[in-house]
Amino acid sequence: MNALPAEQSLPGKVLHEESYLREGFTLRSWLLTRDHKRIALLYMISITGFFFLGGAAASIIRLELLTPAGDVVDAETYNKLFTAHGVIMVWFFLIPSIPATLGNFLIPLMIGAREVAFPRLNLASWYIYTLGGIFVVITLIAGGVDTGWTFYTPFSTLFSNSNVVLAVMGVFIVGFSSILTGLNFIVTVHRLRAPGMTWFRLPLFVWANYATSLILVLATPVLAMTLSLVAFERLTHIGIFDPALGGDPLLFQHLFWFYSHPAVYIMVLPAMGVASEIIPCFARKQVFGYRMMAYAILGIAIIGFLVWGHHMFVSGQSMYASIAFSLLSFLVAIPSAIKVFNWTATLYKGSISVSGPMLYALGFVGLFTIGGLTGLFLAATALDVHLTDTYFVVAHFHYIMVGGTVMAYLGGLHFWWPKIVGRLYPENLARIAAVTIFIGFNLTFFPQYLLGAWGMPRRYHEYAPQFQLLNEFSSTGAAILGIGYLLPLGYLTWAMLRGARAPSNPWGATGLEWETPSPPPKENFAVIPRVVRGPYDYHPSGASAPSGASAEPQA
Amino acid sequence: MSAPAEHFESAERQHQAAELGMWVFLATELMFFGPLFLGYAYGRWSFSEGFAAASRHTDVVIGTINTAVLLTSSLFVALGARAVKLDRGAAARVLLLCAAGLGAVFLVLKGLEYHDEWREHLVPWLDFRFARPHQHAAAMFYFLYFGMTGLHAVHLTIGIAVMVVFAVRLGSGPVARLENQIDMGALYWHFVDGIWVFLYPILYLVERHG
Repeated sequence: MNALPAEQSLPGKVLHEESYLREGFTLRSWLLTRDHKRIALLYMISITGFFFLGGAAASIIRLELLTPAGDVVDAETYNKLFTAHGVIMVWFFLIPSIPATLGNFLIPLMIGAREVAFPRLNLASWYIYTLGGIFVVITLIAGGVDTGWTFYTPFSTLFSNSNVVLAVMGVFIVGFSSILTGLNFIVTVHRLRAPGMTWFRLPLFVWANYATSLILVLATPVLAMTLSLVAFERLTHIGIFDPALGGDPLLFQHLFWFYSHPAVYIMVLPAMGVASEIIPCFARKQVFGYRMMAYAILGIAIIGFLVWGHHMFVSGQSMYASIAFSLLSFLVAIPSAIKVFNWTATLYKGSISVSGPMLYALGFVGLFTIGGLTGLFLAATALDVHLTDTYFVVAHFHYIMVGGTVMAYLGGLHFWWPKIVGRLYPENLARIAAVTIFIGFNLTFFPQYLLGAWGMPRRYHEYAPQFQLLNEFSSTGAAILGIGYLLPLGYLTWAMLRGARAPSNPWGATGLEWETPSPPPKENFAVIPRVVRGPYDYHPSGASAPSGASAEPQA
Repeated sequence: MSAPAEHFESAERQHQAAELGMWVFLATELMFFGPLFLGYAYGRWSFSEGFAAASRHTDVVIGTINTAVLLTSSLFVALGARAVKLDRGAAARVLLLCAAGLGAVFLVLKGLEYHDEWREHLVPWLDFRFARPHQHAAAMFYFLYFGMTGLHAVHLTIGIAVMVVFAVRLGSGPVARLENQIDMGALYWHFVDGIWVFLYPILYLVERHG
């Protein structure tokens, strides 16, 4: 294995080291590991479990919505289903998805480090995640929660008869796993870059996860405290959100969205990072406007903190606040558009190969663009009055989170699968799955834009008969989407066990992670590399610069 | 300084990483307190008279003594960290124990204060009584009061435990191996102290002249 020209060009490099997967086979060696790569896999297994649990809830929702009558589940169960779907997908899949798995695995490799800065905290974060997950599973077993993932007061504090406190505790706990991941990444990127790995030689994936980490550490604690206040208020009937005492439910909404809007960027920035790695590689071109891409990432992260009020245009906040939040929301579109244009410009005159990861990445760009543009509809105050709480909103954020983030996550899994497990996935199946997911996704969610524009409200288990046809499209699409998601679960697992051995750099990609064997050894690099050039040293002629060109062993 | 963990090239780098990590953690902590401060700002803005009336029922004498106690404890922590740098383990040990002791004094005084407030029916969820017309605003004030000082006390308790552990570990082995950790512990202690510096005026000193 590993007989690759790229590696022969690396003088002094010790090859054929034992891979991190072979550093012990006991359960204990996994559960007590401090290796960032193994922790990434622990996270991957956990979030995959929650993804399919949340997906199961979505399946029942789509089954219910096949007909206008409430014939599959009753209204209360329906409320609990969409709440479970939202809570699980947001906090137990999307937030940790790319950072905790691909980020954990790749950031040290990409910056030429042997580990993250705080390996023990890294493992602790997975245990905290698991504990939070246990709370959510207990919540479901105890009968679920019906507030919606937003836990709006006063319903959650005064009226709901479901397990609000348990659910809130689960989310509270899992928040600290996010904080520890963010803290670890920030310090790792600041302090553990290899010699020569300057800030503007960092791969955009690292930039994206760095910006995400800033949001994680600054926004998540606000949610934790806010949800504690909800739980406390529910238990004691005293608090700052209770209108009977002069408290204000709007205060809850401000605090909740102060976290939950930046949380959207927690989900989508790492996805942008993944796309920025895949697209240059399969277009054999340098990323267009690298610096602008890095600044755009930071811009999105910073402005993203200032737009939360666009969730509250009809909640009774001041008109002037709404105008300011509307303008700021439009402002976020600028760095987002810069990124879309730059990916497109990267493709221009590239020598493009349409591989599995590339299909996912292109799907991401297209769906993110639609999701982003429809976000502008919702950021316009007058139009939002019409669209608030309709299926238009549902379609919009699913285009960002599912069309965007899940596509990119899957693209990233394919792209780095040979590095992670040391084996190749079946390319044709990957292409079929990517196309299936793209079709299934659009069939599921595009009709929801129309439904929303025509006035179908979200969160009801029954609807007016004139909405049925589009809902049938949507449910059919969901079935296709479900098959699309099961395919990679099957063939990636198969590839992990039976796939052909992967060379260290199957894509001819640049980046330090490709200079390690597949899978990498426990300490990543036998010799810490010295970086001499930027991250995307691709040449359109097809004759890729050997990956070793971006670094040479340290003297 | 002790040998660095294997993924750091030098002990100096590891120290820098730990320090940045601590600052990031403290930023997180500050945001964690944030909703309580925002809730306070909302209440004070909406019910300024009610909050002033409620604040006048706090025990400003104990509050002031506690402020002095906590600020002095921070001085001891700073001197203790300095003593570690000068390799004077015994002195550092005494200084850190003094700081932990002052922290404990703070908690005892705070406990007495809580006890009095309970007897005066100022605990919002335990038979709360407050003169009209400010009973609702006062309930909100004391909800925030117990929330903020309680969360602060939890942090202080952790700080005391950390200082005691340092003092015990300073009793044996080379002093320098703890320099990094004690620096981080000191940062945390000063942060907890700093939070109190904001809590004291907003909880105890609202329109006291009235």
